[in-house]
Amino acid sequence: MKDITNIYKKVSDWMDGSGPMSDIVISSRIRLARNVAGFLFFSHADKEQQRELLDFIRGKVMETELKNDLWYVNMEETAPLERMVLVERHLISQRLVDREGPCGVALSHDESLSVMINEEDHIRMQVLASGLQLEETYDYSNRIDNLLEKKMDYSFSPKYGYLTACPTNVGTGLRVSVMLHLPALKIIGQIEKVFRAAKEMHLAVRGLYGEGTEPIGDFYQLSNQTTLGKTETQIIEELTSQAIGPIVEYERRARDKLLKDRAIALEDKIFRAIGVLANARMISSEEAIYLLSFVRLGIHLERVTDIDLKTVNELFMLTQPGHLQNLYKRDLAENERDEVRAEFIRNKLL
Amino acid sequence: MQCQLCGKRATVHLTEIIDGQKVEQHLCEQCAQSEGITIKQHVPISSLLNDLVEAQRETKELTSLSCPQCDLSWSEFRKSGLLGCPNDYAAFEKPLLGLIERAHEGAVTHIGRVPENPTGKLSQQLKLLRFRQDLHRAIKEEDYETAAHLRDEISKYETN
Repeated sequence: MKDITNIYKKVSDWMDGSGPMSDIVISSRIRLARNVAGFLFFSHADKEQQRELLDFIRGKVMETELKNDLWYVNMEETAPLERMVLVERHLISQRLVDREGPCGVALSHDESLSVMINEEDHIRMQVLASGLQLEETYDYSNRIDNLLEKKMDYSFSPKYGYLTACPTNVGTGLRVSVMLHLPALKIIGQIEKVFRAAKEMHLAVRGLYGEGTEPIGDFYQLSNQTTLGKTETQIIEELTSQAIGPIVEYERRARDKLLKDRAIALEDKIFRAIGVLANARMISSEEAIYLLSFVRLGIHLERVTDIDLKTVNELFMLTQPGHLQNLYKRDLAENERDEVRAEFIRNKLL
Repeated sequence: MQCQLCGKRATVHLTEIIDGQKVEQHLCEQCAQSEGITIKQHVPISSLLNDLVEAQRETKELTSLSCPQCDLSWSEFRKSGLLGCPNDYAAFEKPLLGLIERAHEGAVTHIGRVPENPTGKLSQQLKLLRFRQDLHRAIKEEDYETAAHLRDEISKYETN
């Protein structure tokens, strides 16, 4: 069985950069929120009930055919640095990290599936995939939902659908998101237009780490906010055709425009980024992401040919604070981290 | 006071601030209307007070509203944004409706996926829900014959 303790050494298996439109759509994510019938919602359950829920759900999950492909992580027995790694890999939410009390997560070995237990809802299952693959991801999450449903009764009302702790998730309990890389739109000053249009379509735009985070490095997470009154397929279809499609098109056109009108200025930005990354002695997390964003663009525009996407993905993932500290086997102060990060990047780019 | 346009008795008194100067107009009702000035209806003070009392009573009802199964009060929910148990959707149905409408583009009914094996008393309700889903699909596919048939089935259930 694969060992979760070394998870911080390499990039998640699902993040192989092979999905459709992965020059702009970094990843797709489907999240389903479910609660077990006959129990209070998590925030109101006392410690005993919370533990009962955790044991019950974990037991049921490990009874399914998934059991041989899953690691179970008991959050109460997990050190803060280990939890940080899981957040950085987009496997758990910050809310689960901050959770005091019984909670855990079941992860598939390739990290494409994550089933959080006792987050805001009893069960929050998530499927991740590279590029734009919302339909396939939804099918996969559906299968998991079916498997779990056979083992337990979900809290469900014919009128309101799947009942959730927060009414903003009620109905389908479905959150569909994509992570988009939009450097060109940012450069030509069109990114605010995208935000406004998204807002008008009742879509949320967030940063790299989701809820409550700011966008850095031109990465934007786009997701639906409406979960009731539409079918799951409708929600996915609307997001894909009305938002993702047009935005991807605008970014492509913006990139073409930049290549035509400002090729040298663009290349300058890209190669200065490589220059700093290859030579800096200290570099913060934010600066690294900001510069790597240009390198990624450079690769997709075929201006950078001696660095491959795999390396860039590794640099994104493994230089995050939690990952670095696990790599160096100890807590590091911020300035130490910045030195160590710079060293790690220099070595990878040699 | 006389209407500035026709000399009849002025009942509409309009005060405007134009370029920092106060400008007053005194018109009769007909002239005011033809000038395009909308007139607020004269509301008797008693009905205003009634509305106020009604609003206060509603607020009081809301603050005392709580779920018998989990003891969560409506005002506690408003503070935290999180419900305590599935029964809250019934206990807080009235005030929750507005919130749900606003959060979901006006929708208040689920038309998506339904659990595979509905058990017990819910099964009838879920059959109804499935009919609604199929109806939605039929309309989308412009299969109006099936849609009509489904509407019949649905009304049969609803009258029972």
